Amino acid sequence: MIWNLFKEVMRRPLGLISGGILLLLYVAAVLANFLAPYTTNEQDLDRTYHPPTKIVWGEGGLRVQAYDLVDPSMAKYAPIEGESYALDFFGKGPAYRFLWLFETERHLFTVSDPEGAVYLLGSDSTGRDVFSRLLYGARVSLFIGLLGITITTVLGFLVGGLSGYFGGRSDFLAMRFVEFMMAMPGLYLLLALRSALAPHFASDQMFFVIVVILSLIGWAGTARVLRGMTLSIRQNQYVMAAESMGQSPLVILRRHILPNLVSYLLVAATLSIPGYVLGEAALSFLGLGIQEPSSSWGLMLSQAQDVKVFYLNFWWLLTPGFAIFVTVIAYNVLGDVLRDIVDPKMKTR
Amino acid sequence: MISFIFRRLLTLIPLLLGITALVFILMSLAPGDFLTPVKAQRDVPAELIESIQRDFGLDQPWYVQYFKWLGNLAQGNLGHSWAYKLPVADLIGQRVLATFLLSLVALTFSWCIAIPLGVLAAVYKDSIFDRISAGLAYAALSIPEFFLALLLVFFAAQTGWFPMGGATSIDYEYMSFGGQLADRAYHLILPGLALGIGSIASIMRIMRANFLDTIRAEFVTTARAKGVKEFVVMFKHVLRNAINPLVSAFGFAFSSLLSGALMVEIVLQYPGLGQLMYQSILREDQFVVLASVMLGCTMLVLGNLLADILLAWSDPRIRLEKKK
Repeated sequence: MIWNLFKEVMRRPLGLISGGILLLLYVAAVLANFLAPYTTNEQDLDRTYHPPTKIVWGEGGLRVQAYDLVDPSMAKYAPIEGESYALDFFGKGPAYRFLWLFETERHLFTVSDPEGAVYLLGSDSTGRDVFSRLLYGARVSLFIGLLGITITTVLGFLVGGLSGYFGGRSDFLAMRFVEFMMAMPGLYLLLALRSALAPHFASDQMFFVIVVILSLIGWAGTARVLRGMTLSIRQNQYVMAAESMGQSPLVILRRHILPNLVSYLLVAATLSIPGYVLGEAALSFLGLGIQEPSSSWGLMLSQAQDVKVFYLNFWWLLTPGFAIFVTVIAYNVLGDVLRDIVDPKMKTR
Repeated sequence: MISFIFRRLLTLIPLLLGITALVFILMSLAPGDFLTPVKAQRDVPAELIESIQRDFGLDQPWYVQYFKWLGNLAQGNLGHSWAYKLPVADLIGQRVLATFLLSLVALTFSWCIAIPLGVLAAVYKDSIFDRISAGLAYAALSIPEFFLALLLVFFAAQTGWFPMGGATSIDYEYMSFGGQLADRAYHLILPGLALGIGSIASIMRIMRANFLDTIRAEFVTTARAKGVKEFVVMFKHVLRNAINPLVSAFGFAFSSLLSGALMVEIVLQYPGLGQLMYQSILREDQFVVLASVMLGCTMLVLGNLLADILLAWSDPRIRLEKKK
C-alpha cells in the first residue's frame, strides 16, 4: 500500500518536485562531511565576513577567485585581478568517516593552496565557512523532525489507541490530560521545560533533549484524533470477530486498527514535521537549543542577528533561513499532495 | 448560554492550577537559588529580600512555596520582579498594553487584506490572480515568523526607511502628543507586518474555500435562476454565508493576541509581554514567569470561549448546551 502511495506521489508534478527537493536535502545532510570543504569550527580570523567567492574558469580547470581585504573595519573585500587558486575535486581535507564506514580525507572539492580558501556562501564573524556549517546544521535541523515525529506518533498511537479501544475511566483520565496538554501555550511550555532540563545535560546531548521536549508538546493532538478514529473503527464487525476469537487487545490494535490509521498517520506526520524543524530553529535562535560547537540552522541565524550584518549587507549569513523555508515548504507541498491522494474529498479546489 | 460560559470559566481554575504547579516544579528543578544574584546586588535592601523570602516561603520546598504563592495571589499580590525591581503587576501591566497594541494592529491589518483577497481569489477562481495568490499564500505560511522579522530588520537597515527595533524613538519623551502617536505607529509597521503576513495567508485560504463551498449551495442557483445580478448574488448571498465560519476563527485569533508575538518581539526588540517572558525565564525571574504564563493561558481559554460563543451566535443551528 505504501508502495502504491509512493508511485502515486511520484506521478504528480508537485509531489515529484517536493519529494525530490527533500531527498536532495537529506542526502546532502547525510553526506555533509564529504560535501563540505571545511569542518564546522575551522576558523580563519583573517577572513571574517568574507563574501561568497567567485568560481572562474582558467588554466584548464575551475579556479577560485582570490580576494584582498581592503577595509578591515568594514570587512570589505575586493577581488584581486588575475589571481586565483585551483579548485581540487576529490582533494584532501580534514579527515572524517565516510558514511560512518571508513576513514578518509577526500572531499568533493577543496582548495589545496594554503593561501586560498573557498567560501561558496561566504564566511561568518569568526571566518568559518557558512556553506560547510549549513550542511552540518542540516543534520540537526532535518533529522530532528524525523525523530520527533516518530516519538510523537508512537506515543500518540499508544495513548489514543488504547484509550479509544478500552474507553471508560482510563479514557476519561487520558483525554482530560490531553486537553490539559493542548490548552497550554506551546512556546511557553517549551521555554519552561528547556530551562528546567538544560542544566542536567551536556551540549552534545542537547539534540535529544530538544527532540524529547518538542515531542512531549506535540503528542496530545495526535492522540486525540487517533482516539476518535479508533472509537469508530472498533465498531466494525471484523474487530468484534477478532475479539470473540479471543485475540488480545494489543494484537487487535496492531493487526486490525493500525492498518486503518496508516494513511492518516502518514499525512499528519508529513504535515507536522515542519513544526519540529521550526521549533528547533526557534529554540536555537533564542539561544536555548543547539549550542556551539555544534551547528544548526536556527543557531546560525541567531549569530546573524548583528547590527554589522544588517548595515553592511552580509546577506549570505541569512541563507540558513532560506534553507528552513525551502524545507518547510517542501514538506507542506508533499503533505498536501499525500492528503489529496489519501482523501480526495479534502482536496482544496 | 450563561451556564455554558460559567462552566467553561470553571474549567479555567484547574487548568491554571495545573500549569502554575508545573511551572513551579520546573523552576525548582533548575539549579541554583535565584535569590543569590539578588543578594549580591548592593542596591536591594536586605529587609526587602527578607520580607519577600518570608512572604513567599522561598527557603522551603516547592510545594510549600506554591501554596504560599497561591495565598498571595488570592490577596492580589503577584510578587516582585528581581530583575526590574518592580511589583510584577505593574511590570506586566506596561508590557501587556504594548503587546496588545501590536497584536491588534497585526490582526486588523491581516483581516482587512485577507478577506477581500480570499473573495477575489474565489470569484476569479483558476485565473492568474488566483494561482499567484495561492502560491504566495503557500510561501507566507511556510516562512518562519522570526526569519521574516530578520528579513524586515535587514530591509530597514539597508533602506533606512523604518526603525530597526523598539517601540519608540530615543526622543519620544520630548515629542508632542500627536508626534508620540505617530512615532508609536511608525514603530508598529514592521512588527505588525511580520506578525500579520502568516495570518493573511491562512485566513485568505479559509475565506476562499468557504466562498467556493457556498457558491455551490442551492440558494445560489435559485438566486441566479431568478435573474438576480451576479454581483448581488456574490456579495449579498454568498459572502454573508461564507464569512460565518471565519467568525469563530476570529475568536481563536483573539486567544493568541498575547502569546503569538514572542518571536517577533524578540527579533524586533519590541518591549512586549513575549520579550519580558523570555528574559525572565533566562534570568529565573520566577514571579514574572508565573504571572505571564497565567495571563497567556487565560487569554487562550477566553479566546476559545469567545470563538464558541461567536459561532453559536452566527449559526443558530449550533447549540452549546448539552443535549437533553
